Amino acid sequence: MTNKFDINNTFDPDNENQAPKVSKEVATKLPTPAKGVDHYLRRTDTDPKAAKRAERQVAAFFGASSFFTLVFLVSFFAIPRETKIEVSLIGVTSAQNIVLGTSFGLAILFIGIGAIHWAKKLMPDVEMVQERKEIKPADEVQQEALDAFRVGATESGVGQRKLIRRSLLGALALFPLPFVVLLRDLGPAPKGELRKTAWQEDLHIVTDITYAKIRPEDIPVGNLISAMPENILEIQEEEGNLNERGKSAILLVRMRPEDIKSQQGPDWDYQGIVAYSKICTHVGCPIALYEQRTHHLLCPCHQSTFDLADSGQPIFGPAARRLPQLAITVDEEGYLVARQGFQEPIGPSFWERGA
Amino acid sequence: MSNTTVNKKTPAAYNYVDSRVGFSAALKRNLRKVFPDHWSFMLGEIALYSFIILLLTGTFLTLWYKPSMTEVIYNGSYIPLKGIPMSEAYASTLEISFDVRGGMLLRQIHHWAALFFIAAMVVHLLRVFFTGAYRKPREFNWLLGLGLLTLGLLAGFSGYSLPDDLLSGVGLKIASGIIQALPVIGTWALYFLFGGEFPGTEVISRLYSIHILLLPGAILALVTAHLLLVWTQKHTQYPGPGRTEKNVVGYPLLPVYTAKAGGFFFIVFGVTTLLGALVTINPIWLYGPYTPDQVTAGSQPDWYIGFLEGSLRVMPAIEFNIFNTWTFSPNVLIPALILPGLMFALMGAYPFLESWITGDKREHNLLDRPRNAPTRTALGTMSLSFYILLWIGGGNDIVAMAFNMSINAITWFMRIALIVVPPLVFIITRRICLGLQRNDLDKLLHGKETGRILRLPEGGFVEVHSPVTEAELPKLLARETYPVWELPQKVDANGIKTPKYRRQLMKAKLSAWWTKGDLPIPTMKEIQSGQHHAHEALEQAHEFGVEPGKEEIVTSTNH
Amino acid sequence: MTNLAKFRRNRFASVLVLFFALGLVSIGFSGVNKLVTPAAAKIGSEETLVDKGSALFAEGCSSCHGLNGQGTSDGPTLAGVGAASVHFQVSTGRMPMAAPGAQVMRKAPSYNEEETLALAAYIATFGPGPAIPSEEQVGEWQNASVSEGGELFRTNCAQCHNFAGSGGALTNGKYAPSLGQATPLQIYEAMITGPQSMPIFSDETLTPESKAAIIRYIQELNKSENPGGMDLGRLGPVTEGLVLWVVGLGVLIIFAVWIGARVR
Repeated sequence: MTNKFDINNTFDPDNENQAPKVSKEVATKLPTPAKGVDHYLRRTDTDPKAAKRAERQVAAFFGASSFFTLVFLVSFFAIPRETKIEVSLIGVTSAQNIVLGTSFGLAILFIGIGAIHWAKKLMPDVEMVQERKEIKPADEVQQEALDAFRVGATESGVGQRKLIRRSLLGALALFPLPFVVLLRDLGPAPKGELRKTAWQEDLHIVTDITYAKIRPEDIPVGNLISAMPENILEIQEEEGNLNERGKSAILLVRMRPEDIKSQQGPDWDYQGIVAYSKICTHVGCPIALYEQRTHHLLCPCHQSTFDLADSGQPIFGPAARRLPQLAITVDEEGYLVARQGFQEPIGPSFWERGA
Repeated sequence: MSNTTVNKKTPAAYNYVDSRVGFSAALKRNLRKVFPDHWSFMLGEIALYSFIILLLTGTFLTLWYKPSMTEVIYNGSYIPLKGIPMSEAYASTLEISFDVRGGMLLRQIHHWAALFFIAAMVVHLLRVFFTGAYRKPREFNWLLGLGLLTLGLLAGFSGYSLPDDLLSGVGLKIASGIIQALPVIGTWALYFLFGGEFPGTEVISRLYSIHILLLPGAILALVTAHLLLVWTQKHTQYPGPGRTEKNVVGYPLLPVYTAKAGGFFFIVFGVTTLLGALVTINPIWLYGPYTPDQVTAGSQPDWYIGFLEGSLRVMPAIEFNIFNTWTFSPNVLIPALILPGLMFALMGAYPFLESWITGDKREHNLLDRPRNAPTRTALGTMSLSFYILLWIGGGNDIVAMAFNMSINAITWFMRIALIVVPPLVFIITRRICLGLQRNDLDKLLHGKETGRILRLPEGGFVEVHSPVTEAELPKLLARETYPVWELPQKVDANGIKTPKYRRQLMKAKLSAWWTKGDLPIPTMKEIQSGQHHAHEALEQAHEFGVEPGKEEIVTSTNH
Repeated sequence: MTNLAKFRRNRFASVLVLFFALGLVSIGFSGVNKLVTPAAAKIGSEETLVDKGSALFAEGCSSCHGLNGQGTSDGPTLAGVGAASVHFQVSTGRMPMAAPGAQVMRKAPSYNEEETLALAAYIATFGPGPAIPSEEQVGEWQNASVSEGGELFRTNCAQCHNFAGSGGALTNGKYAPSLGQATPLQIYEAMITGPQSMPIFSDETLTPESKAAIIRYIQELNKSENPGGMDLGRLGPVTEGLVLWVVGLGVLIIFAVWIGARVR
């Protein structure tokens, strides 16, 4: 053993080279069996045959896992993707999904069961105890740490040199701003698009999905139609999104004219046929549960209910505003058209909405 | 002695790594670290393992999923949707489900694991709350846990919205309706999130980067901090024989805890996989692609958003029109934003509130039995009842259909129940806790009832009590006494106003309320005399041939 | 201690008693809740369809709907409902109504097909209304496009009947029923007659081709193919959450208890 500084011999646990001495840490003692805790012997502790049996059981679990993994690997290639299989309680299901899933699941499960069985039956279950020290370090240690801070802070001079401190704070305060500003182009500024829809005067009303124009005589009392403006597909193509669908969707229902208690404007209906926005004024779900006998329209999301015979007023639920009505009439050929656009913004409220 | 020669007993591979990393000291300290063993400590593990499963299965899914709202015409193998226009996101999810072998399984495991993740966090939170494990020094961990819960909720919502199917799309629309209702900034926030009006063409890909990058990163960071604190602070333990505030009793990391915790990972994974194999979840092929003019009856979010859905449903219709220029919508803002904000704020502040009321600044490593903190337990069950009512309210149309009831009646019932039921639950829980305390006290002072009635030769009946065993004593004795602060004087003897009078008054009143009804803790003398009597009675009983059960006990002395 | 005393002190005793009591109550309740269906009247063999219908009507329907179908306080007028409406209501067993309530329920039909057609023919004489769709009209569903049917179903039907036809709640105790047992003819009839709360979907606005596609889609749904496994009623996340908490967490907690339990 030499005291000379040797480049290959710098591993020096006893600090025999002349490095400054540092205080040693107190190592946590290794745990020992707990006293005052009753310990019960297991069958596998006293009976070697039981222990051997437990060992075989653990091995069986691991073996089962391997078996099921093999089942998975084989089935993945052997079962054609489209195969269907009928299983009780499930009906007709994908053979791949159920075979792959069950085999994989059991393979994983058995590893777990095996490991735990092993721990419970064979690993020593003597409860050990370990000391818990108070988390808060000793006062001297805290002071030493704080001293380190104080010395470092003083040496930096940030306390004394006000000019540096203030200009640094200024720079650091400004520095995050570009990150915020960079987010500006996430979206355009709102310009009142929420107030407008595609509906306008003389636009034909067509059935959704089949896009056919509608004659009033084809609509019996109690009939419900989900409808769109005739140019909806064009607009979708032009804008490249579904936004207009979510605004222009309307419902047409027919009631007996004497059943209409009130409307949002004079003669906005056509011989008992009324058109209302299909977008709920609560938070915007499409609303189409029309109850023929009561003329109530129910939204499935939060159960707001509107009376279509009474200006679409909300009669139950969290919606506070009536459904906007679309004034309709017929054109010269006898097809239903809008008389004008919606007279108020459709859909959920927003701060600038006002009336 | 030169240290460059390898000690023969040290394996070469170990020495190779150790010489470069130097981990022997850390290993020596930690490999046999003791962990307490109780099933209720494994609930947090379910959450952790579910997160790992989510990362694994999620990575697989990212290999096939396309986060794009571009419209395509479906041409895959699911016939009922052939030829239908849909977003690429939806089409790629269909591809995973029907055209990628094992894809359906991976998708379903991923979704089940997400449900488990949040459910396990909630159950774990309840365990931590009811046992008082959030007390010093673990307040930071409580806050980290709440952060994880919030991140989990966001990860779940963003995740199930990615397939762009009809059900989750309606949920996104609801979220957009809530955002646009925000005062002043609402429409701007809406436009910024969706790149314009709803639905736009941006939101799915933005949710994707939030879901696979930002949120998992944040969750990983918080989970690491959470586990690090548990490791260094050491896990709490229930009161019992040999367990004190200054020790940990349990099993060493290697081999027992590794086998049990590691085995449990495989069990959680296995159960989740079996669910993914046998039970359909999120059948997006039945929901259809999202279009903003369609909706299904029974529209609900995943279970963990259910309480918000319920709050939106039962809220009365309150909206204000200000000078015909601005619209203010409490009917949307209160249930969707203010209520959850309040809930999380209260939960976050709770450990600090409790320690202020009780004045308890000690370190706690032994857990409380819920009965020994009746006010805390009652506050917990009261909050839980409120949450559960909201949760059920979120499914009120399914409940109405299943039990042939009216949704209107259920909504009204919920509105009233939300106000009436929680205080009732508080009172009942308190009573139950105090009753259990009395039960414990009786056991200590009189011994345990055996159910054997002795008829004494001189007439009269007496029930034989058996003494409490040494193993049971710590559990029965583990109850804290909390002080009741004196009511402060408004002015002191010299007529000077007491500083912070109102605070001290509130603290005094709250501490009285906190400990109201608590039973006195018996002195050791009372306990010993009680046990003595029980012992005598038991011996008398033995003389008459009465034998309440015996057990073969091996004590630590003769082990 | 006797075995009974030991049992009483078992941790699970109260749970077992609870389950036993619940079982008794549910068996008792289901026994009491059986619906009673009235017996059908006998028909002579030499009468016309309308005459047969008249006799059946007088016996089974007139008490609520009036002797001439004009309606009473117990049942609405049947003038103008049409043969399709009658065929729908009677063949699904909704009429005759067993007990008053917010909504009529489907049950085992009280009349066979011949009697149903007779009733329909008779009631059609009260006033003009939708006729029973022809077999060719209805049979078109077998040639229809299932994906087009899906689009139409999701726009026109899913909002009440749910995305898979499992049914949905309406206001005040009413509901849109599950479509699992509906035959193609019944589906067509329901669309053109608008039973109870259901709106009408006339043939001019929802063409027979569209209706055929919708029926095709509903038949596809009713094949009950569940490629992902057990379908939990096709009601969405509510039942999935129920299974998670009861089965999923239940199983995991049982495992956790097993892991921590003492070994003998």
